[in-house]
Amino acid sequence: MINMVIDGRQVQAQTGWTVLETARQHGIHIPTLCYHEAVEPSGACRLCVVEIGDETWSKVVISCMYPVAEGLNVKTDSPRVRNVRRWILEMLLAECPASPELRALAAEYGVKTTRFESHNPEEQCILCGLCVRVCREVVGVSAISTVGRGVHKKIGSPYEVAADACVACGSCVTVCPTGAMSARLDAIRGAGAGRVAEKGGK
Amino acid sequence: MPVATTEAASAARLNSPQDLASLRDSILAQRDPNQQEVIVCYGTGCLASGAQQVEAALKKSLAKAGIDAKVRPLIKTTGCRGFCSRGPLVVIQPQGLFYQKVSAADADEIVDSTLVNGQVVERLLYKDLQTGEAIAREEDIPFYKLQHRVVLGRIGTIDPTDINDTIAAGGYQALAKALYQMTPEQVVSEVERSGLRGRGGAGFPTGRKWKSALAAIKKKGYPAYVVVNGDEGDPGAFMDCMVMEGDPHAVLEGLILGAYALGAHQGYMYVRAEYPVAIKHLTIAMDQARALGLLGKNILGSGFDFDVQINRGAGAFVCGESTALFTSIEGRAGEPKPKYVRSVEEGLWGRPTVLNNVESWANIAQIIEKGGEWYASLGVPHSTGTKVFSLVGKVNNVGLVEVPMGTPLVHIIEDIGGGVPGGEPFKAVQTGGPSGGCLPYDMRDVAVDFDSLTKAGSMMGSGGMIVMDKRDCVVDVARYFLRFLEEESCGKCVPCRLGLTRMREILDGFSRGVGSEKDIEDLVSLAQAVQDGALCALGGSAPNPVLTTLKYFKDEYLAHINEKRCPAGVCKDLITYGIDADKCTGCMTCARQCPQNAITGEKKKPHVINQELCIRCGICMESCKFGAVNVA
Repeated sequence: MINMVIDGRQVQAQTGWTVLETARQHGIHIPTLCYHEAVEPSGACRLCVVEIGDETWSKVVISCMYPVAEGLNVKTDSPRVRNVRRWILEMLLAECPASPELRALAAEYGVKTTRFESHNPEEQCILCGLCVRVCREVVGVSAISTVGRGVHKKIGSPYEVAADACVACGSCVTVCPTGAMSARLDAIRGAGAGRVAEKGGK
Repeated sequence: MPVATTEAASAARLNSPQDLASLRDSILAQRDPNQQEVIVCYGTGCLASGAQQVEAALKKSLAKAGIDAKVRPLIKTTGCRGFCSRGPLVVIQPQGLFYQKVSAADADEIVDSTLVNGQVVERLLYKDLQTGEAIAREEDIPFYKLQHRVVLGRIGTIDPTDINDTIAAGGYQALAKALYQMTPEQVVSEVERSGLRGRGGAGFPTGRKWKSALAAIKKKGYPAYVVVNGDEGDPGAFMDCMVMEGDPHAVLEGLILGAYALGAHQGYMYVRAEYPVAIKHLTIAMDQARALGLLGKNILGSGFDFDVQINRGAGAFVCGESTALFTSIEGRAGEPKPKYVRSVEEGLWGRPTVLNNVESWANIAQIIEKGGEWYASLGVPHSTGTKVFSLVGKVNNVGLVEVPMGTPLVHIIEDIGGGVPGGEPFKAVQTGGPSGGCLPYDMRDVAVDFDSLTKAGSMMGSGGMIVMDKRDCVVDVARYFLRFLEEESCGKCVPCRLGLTRMREILDGFSRGVGSEKDIEDLVSLAQAVQDGALCALGGSAPNPVLTTLKYFKDEYLAHINEKRCPAGVCKDLITYGIDADKCTGCMTCARQCPQNAITGEKKKPHVINQELCIRCGICMESCKFGAVNVA
């Protein structure tokens, strides 16, 4: 057993747990967007940030991947943490104005409007990458991936050609936190999906 | 090429330190210390300004001169000699004569006057910036005299494509010493004693990194890997490029030493594809070292096996980040991963890995040969040794500079760099590339070492140093670096993918005079969120140029927002070019150069600029010899 502190509370964790797992075990809420128990964490959305350390030294880390350690002191709602969350939500609101899930989450953290201009009012995808990870790690077919980099990054099939590897299992749609994937699935699934359907039919 | 007979020697495998020593002796024995050598710098800067043509012309002139074959001077090409703004450079040895800005047309005169008749060609000499006095010998030129070259020591004297030249200069002595006289632990201790800190930017103690890797290997077993980070990508930085091109064996020997220290049998050199000459020279170096038994199976007969392969980066700046670099070598898209488990424990393919920067590796052989204490005696206590900088921007002596750590900033820029052209004090200097900070002239006495630069709000980074003068706008500079990183962001994490763009958009507004002091507050707050929230150091350090320029040049930001004025005359929406009728001679140069045909006027009469047509490119200002064009 590892003894540590979260928001002033003494808590216990198992070796190998992350800060997020420990917090959730003890009913302490930390928001996440790209985290899902079914897949490996990736640290993309940064919403689950927490501050570790004390008055003399501290740093902001992501709770979904930070391993617990004896004596660790975690703050889940410090000013630095709130600042990171607020900006992430405000930027995501402008990026994905069509996602009611995101609007609700942002409102929960006091972000109701965004100062930033939106480029696409229809956009729902927050690029959390859950769909990619579930396709690779759970389904095992890697039919989709992120394509491009930086602001041009998006979710798609290789070379943006319908992916024969896709088995149309719908796991990506299920795991998607904003509903963005349901609009993309038809463009992604290729002939392979059809073959699976044929085989299933016979 | 030094001597014809060494090719035969190269073919023989070296099976002991004695073999290496006798090869070196035989190379040196065949050399005449009075042999004249004409060294043509083949650094990128000199190549760009025509070094190849100079070399060809010198060869032709030499053949024409009909000098007796026994005393005919040798023409040798080397890596970068560092004084890039004066290229093409030609050095005549053994006299040490330094000719600068040499062109192919000068070849006959160099051969006739200097090589045949022993006369100095005055007009090709470097003239002191202050006194105007011609300086004949390289070692007397302040740019060189004031440097302390350790990593750059051999560069510019050896032919990087000939291993014999490196061996003659003492190459692979450290490897022989380590393999036969030192245990791997002793090698690690020596590096630890040297106090060497990672030259890639973060400044992590190299010895401590190796020690942790040994501990991880003890726990997890082998395989373990050693990796060279040659993905140098900061705008204006070319130190590592020149080291790989000019002294590839220094990097290779350092890597083999590291592999021996850790017991690793496989190494990787991750070199960006934009450095084809570096890749070529490293490949040649590896082939030649393998042929001599200095790399591969049973190195120098010691029983130690180690080999290395080159992986070319595909153009992503972020692949210089350690975890992204590993992912890239593994064959996937170069995206960083959180580093809560260190790469010495879980690096390449999840195995214990030591990743060091090119310059760090290039220091190792000398540390092993001369001892950690020797290295620690250079520099300052917590930043030992020397550091190579690429000095660029508004500075007279653009080039590669190596100085002991702790050297005052002003010494590098003004004494070695010769200050800003025109003699005014510099306005600011960006150290550490796009991740670093912008320090004002007031901070010119800051010691250039890891801790002092960090304390000043900037960072060492990999060693880029961009000098700015009064015609550089800090808002524009901050925008430039942000845009660079915005394009290079991998896009995995939200703070970096979206934050850099949003910060840049706020700065775009400032450059158009749009914004408020509240926007500055928001910018700082967002910058902090990006620093705290970004996944890797690319995003985490991206706000540095914005935050340091805001810290030291806030007035200039306020001038943009409140007065709709760009004091440096750079931000196009806020400036107007004009012609001073009193100074204008009506020479018509500006009118001819103007791409918009916006300048009109009669010959020998003052000209005027049509503001409707003017696109504020500034060509008129640059072309005016009379200082008649102004900007406000």
